[in-house]
Amino acid sequence: MSFHWAKPYEPKNSFMRWLDERLPLPRLVYGAIGGGYPVPRNLNYFWNFGVLAGIFLTIQIITGIVLAMHFYATTDGAFNSVNQLIMRDVNAGWLLRYAHMNGASFFFLVTYIHIFRGLYYGSYKAPRELVWMLGLVIYLLMMATGFMGYVLPWGQMSYWGAQVITGFFSAFPLVGEPIRVWLLGGYAPDQAALTRFFSLHYLLPFVIAGVVILHIWALHIPGSGNPTGVDVKSERDTLPFHPFYTAKDGWFAAAILLAYALVTYFAPDYLGHPDNYIQANPLATPAHIVPEWYFWPFYAILRSFTVDFILPAKLWGVLAMFASILLLFFLPWLDKSPVRSGSYRPVFKRFFWLLVLDVLILGYIGGAPINWWRVALGQFASAYYFIHFLVILPLVSAFETPLPLPSSISESVLHGETQEAAPLGQNKPRRGSTATAG
Amino acid sequence: MATKAQSAEGPATTGSDGDGVRRRDFLNVAAVSFAGVGAVAALAPLFVQMAPSADVLALATTEVDISKVQSGQGIKTQWRKQPVFIRNLTPKEIAEANAVPLSDLRDPQTLAERTKPGKANWLITLGVCTHLGCVPLGISEGENKGPYGGYFCPCHGSMYDTAARIRQGPAPKNLEVPEYKFTSPTTVQIG
Amino acid sequence: MLRFILGFIGALFAAVLLISFFSNLATYFQNPPAPLAAEEFHREHKEVHFASDGPFGKFDKAQLQRGFQVYSEVCSACHSLKMVSFRELKALGYNDAEIKKIASDWKTQVPSINPDTGEPATRKALPSDTFPAPFANETAARAANNNALPPDLSLITKAREGGAAYVYSLLTGYRNADTYRDEKGRAVPAEAKPTPGLHFNPYFANLNLAMPPPLVSDGQVTYADGTKPTVDQMAKDVSAFLAWTAEPNLESRHAAGLAVAIFLLIACILGYLAYQQIWYEAKRSVRVTGALDPENQAKSRRAKAKQGVAG
Repeated sequence: MSFHWAKPYEPKNSFMRWLDERLPLPRLVYGAIGGGYPVPRNLNYFWNFGVLAGIFLTIQIITGIVLAMHFYATTDGAFNSVNQLIMRDVNAGWLLRYAHMNGASFFFLVTYIHIFRGLYYGSYKAPRELVWMLGLVIYLLMMATGFMGYVLPWGQMSYWGAQVITGFFSAFPLVGEPIRVWLLGGYAPDQAALTRFFSLHYLLPFVIAGVVILHIWALHIPGSGNPTGVDVKSERDTLPFHPFYTAKDGWFAAAILLAYALVTYFAPDYLGHPDNYIQANPLATPAHIVPEWYFWPFYAILRSFTVDFILPAKLWGVLAMFASILLLFFLPWLDKSPVRSGSYRPVFKRFFWLLVLDVLILGYIGGAPINWWRVALGQFASAYYFIHFLVILPLVSAFETPLPLPSSISESVLHGETQEAAPLGQNKPRRGSTATAG
Repeated sequence: MATKAQSAEGPATTGSDGDGVRRRDFLNVAAVSFAGVGAVAALAPLFVQMAPSADVLALATTEVDISKVQSGQGIKTQWRKQPVFIRNLTPKEIAEANAVPLSDLRDPQTLAERTKPGKANWLITLGVCTHLGCVPLGISEGENKGPYGGYFCPCHGSMYDTAARIRQGPAPKNLEVPEYKFTSPTTVQIG
Repeated sequence: MLRFILGFIGALFAAVLLISFFSNLATYFQNPPAPLAAEEFHREHKEVHFASDGPFGKFDKAQLQRGFQVYSEVCSACHSLKMVSFRELKALGYNDAEIKKIASDWKTQVPSINPDTGEPATRKALPSDTFPAPFANETAARAANNNALPPDLSLITKAREGGAAYVYSLLTGYRNADTYRDEKGRAVPAEAKPTPGLHFNPYFANLNLAMPPPLVSDGQVTYADGTKPTVDQMAKDVSAFLAWTAEPNLESRHAAGLAVAIFLLIACILGYLAYQQIWYEAKRSVRVTGALDPENQAKSRRAKAKQGVAG
């Protein structure tokens, strides 16, 4: 879109020309993901995860729409419609349900890798701040969608998870409880909550899709980043998205879908909680209420605040939990180093890996039963999380000496590569000069 | 994702790799077609799930006890969530039905064709008018049987005779006779 | 300015967390929490293998039929199976006529309405019905079971950590609380002993459950296929049956999974080869001039060494 050497769209097919003259959709697609979008040629596999997130969004929408053809959004009927009707009687119902359940997990998994790619390679820095913030909006919408979706089967975890999460709002003084009752349409999760969660759960993925379009659009103005963080200087630095990255995305997607299929078909309940196979009982709380794994780090932060200090502990927990995501919006201004990529920022790099370890620890704490040392570890890890983003990163970015950057992404002389490519011997090895691009 | 098989773009390929080009294209075509087949196969559950589920199919057969239906009476029951008329015809009604010449009928069928051999008095039909689907009157005591003594549809005036055949009005066909059998002299299994 | 505000907020959260941290540690060291008897004596489920375990698991139909027999004759007195329809028993190997008989002979009838008077009545079950519950509702169930509610068993192996192995362990795990000693040789403390109406079973999370041991003696059920009905055998069989009720589609799931996995593996390989071949002409490794070409690399290494930063 923004590089002058991007190939313009030239329809070869007369039908495509006819269509393009009336509605420039073919041109749009060509310029976004076709041969007309130049992409840095040095992207590594961490750049595949955005497309994977899009694939899982599509899987969730499609499986969700067909599941909605059978789901009863009533407190009496929901559990049976999922576990009896869909799982036993609907043709291929068990597959659709398991695919949707595990699709949510994989959607979050690829999104987390995508986010951490952004953190390491400085994808949030100028001029891509808005891409980053739109991405955070997508993430917040995903969390809302995932939470509401989990309530729908009306199992024990569905019900009590809804209780706990809507209970957060009552932590806020004065307005908290009225907001909570307004959200639920009642004093506890009941019919009103279930139907409205169903409606919103159906709606939000389409909102997500819209924000994804904005996210990609905003990205395509400056173009994609790359592992060196150095801007594209000339045509030699890029390759057209199609066929190079369509092929790379294609095969890697097949690999991830293989992992997804193995979980869905052979361990479909592994990532879930057995208590959700018990019908919701408002009078009996499960021994350990935990959300789904993708919420565990936030759950750990929430539970880490155990002492009242000016504000009640519960309110600290809720504030910290929201703050832990909201602070990410400020990242482009917290980390003002002109060097984007962590590859050239040795101090930043170390702290990055500490952050990864910290988030993994928080995840473990969030899902495990509470005992004294887990609480202590969680408190320490939560403190590190805030210190990392709000104190360490600004200081590191101000005082760090980065490594020298390359002057450009690539030079285009091709040699010495033929051995690793073309494993079926499709091409004779080339020697000496080759036609340089452009 | 690659949607069309294309040879690699980038530095121009020279003609001397004719063989290599064919192998290149073959691999691309193979990969994309394989993926395409998978994508189509993945669509199958999406369509199959709309077909009637096992619990609906299990209700595709219904047994009805007709021991209490006297001669001249009829009952309305349900099969596959649709109304079914079970009528015990009187000898007079049977004679009326047999007296009608087939050339008079829009949808020619004899009473014998619409009942089981030896049980010509048992007329079992769907209670769904073949015009636009209303439930005709006439099965219960006191309902309007229409001028032909069978059924009368109040929606658009279709009139059926004692063999539930269309005689007048907009309906194109006779009331449908579902598949059924007598599992005993007093029970009928429909479907 | 913004960074100062944000930094202050971060420090604030960290400070409150540190207060909580030290307070938590202080509480722990001053009053170490006593381990709960329930945690100490609770045992993880036994190691037992079922035909349906693993990615290639299949049901053993003969075992399922025996398990169904145990369910019908022992468990169904108190436990419902509300999600299972009689027609599903076809998967166990029964034919239509047998299923019709099982349904119509079932000891509880299906609630219906008397067609003449409109009063509540019951009718014999049809194959299209689900198993009628032994009690009309929760209140009736509790009234008949000392205020305990026997859970529905349709999904029990999915609703419990350990699945069928847990059910098996529970059924064979009842012990005498007075004589029981755990692996460390400890006796059950007084507060963990069962009160009247409860029964000690270390495989149950709270150690004492309201269900009395349902399988008490060999020969409680006489198997139609002649297998010796020991308590262990009956427990295994009914657990396997309950694994089926929870996952009737297990076999199709495994079969489809194998096909899909193989397909995706091939797609992956083909895709990878196509990708390699498309990229062979393009420069894949970063070949740079300036700071990262081989000469300047050495300079860069020296610069890093000077800064004291490794690699």
